[in-house]
Amino acid sequence: MSTPTLKQSPVNAGSRILGIGAYRPSVTVTNEDVCQWIDSSDEWIRQRTGIITRHRAPKDVSVVDMAVGAGAEALEKAGIEPSQIGAVLVSTVTHPYATPSAAALIAHRLGATPAPAFDISAACAGYCYGIAQADALVRAGTANYVLVIGVEKLSDVIDNHERTISFLLGDGAGAVVVGPSDEPGISPSVWGSDGSKWETIGMTHSQLDIRDFSEQAMKGDGVELAAADEAYATLWPTLRQDGQTVFRWAVWEMAKMAQAALDAAGISAADLGAFVPHQANMRIIDELAKQLKLPEHVIIGRDIADAGNTSAASIPLATHRLLAENPELSGKLSLQIGFGAGLVFGAQVVRLP
Amino acid sequence: MASKEEILAGLAEIVNEETGLAPEAVEMDKSFTDDLDIDSISMMTIVVNAEEKFDVKIPDEEVKNLKTVGDAVSFIEGAQA
Repeated sequence: MSTPTLKQSPVNAGSRILGIGAYRPSVTVTNEDVCQWIDSSDEWIRQRTGIITRHRAPKDVSVVDMAVGAGAEALEKAGIEPSQIGAVLVSTVTHPYATPSAAALIAHRLGATPAPAFDISAACAGYCYGIAQADALVRAGTANYVLVIGVEKLSDVIDNHERTISFLLGDGAGAVVVGPSDEPGISPSVWGSDGSKWETIGMTHSQLDIRDFSEQAMKGDGVELAAADEAYATLWPTLRQDGQTVFRWAVWEMAKMAQAALDAAGISAADLGAFVPHQANMRIIDELAKQLKLPEHVIIGRDIADAGNTSAASIPLATHRLLAENPELSGKLSLQIGFGAGLVFGAQVVRLP
Repeated sequence: MASKEEILAGLAEIVNEETGLAPEAVEMDKSFTDDLDIDSISMMTIVVNAEEKFDVKIPDEEVKNLKTVGDAVSFIEGAQA
């Protein structure tokens, strides 16, 4: 018996972003609102973070709802039917079920069933991780059209009285359709992780701690759920960060990675139309731009001023806004870099839809 | 190797660049936060620029011990090898 030859997927020459969508939730939280919870001022917050407002979703709007909103717009802009989608990748850390995934339900709600669908846990680098995978899936012929969504409802995992990160955070979703292209539209991704800094950004405690605490409380083992507030703070995991360590890494290490992405793409900063870093803090954005010596014509995504830090959603949201405000950017090159809890990072140059 | 005076002058230059504070306001006994009103993010920028200027390593966990300009000058002086 002769050994049969395996068939492999036919490859596509290139890949590119075909359309982009956004969902911005309805509730606007001002710095004055924030100052009811922490001892601060509008001026202090603006000076240190560049944030003026952030958008947050009401209780009845979920991660899945926001993702479906952004995904539907991306499909429409790309001119792709949901039935043509070959994979749905959803980057999020705030879908409140460990399983099943947000992606399977989002694919179903968009009418993309039975496309393979899965969640990516890469925090603020999640969208760039999604683009790296979509590019590989499309060029390898594993999927022809891939829907990549970055979505977060960070307002579910903050403690309003906490000062290291909560006041920066907002909710939202951004989505793109990646498909085949004759011309290269997504550069090689520069991505990675550094687990030695695992503890610098993340949740206060794990789900197992909730289980153990609840068990103790039920048995009355010296744990009293006295005040509802205190119980909430003790039980519900919320985000924290070591701001100084993260800032140093986010600027000086990420500037090197952003430059590496330009080098991998075979272009220089002068070839860019836009620079869209993760919207973590305006001062990180400013310092990154300075380190990269971006020429003046490069338009920088500064959506953080109004949207706050929306983790995996921040880059597609900021890109969506740049394109709405500067339609001439369509077809130009944008350097995007995501970085965050893990620590993880991902960067690539993309041709804007 | 830079002397204490040279380190102080160099730091004053870095602080001036980051915050606009007059270099002569950067004195040994001044607290970065209380006297010079330098926030944690600016402090990190100053630290990274000082590392470059004086060719030393200032680890993250050391930064919180640098309360005054004098603390920083002493640390940099000791870290120069």
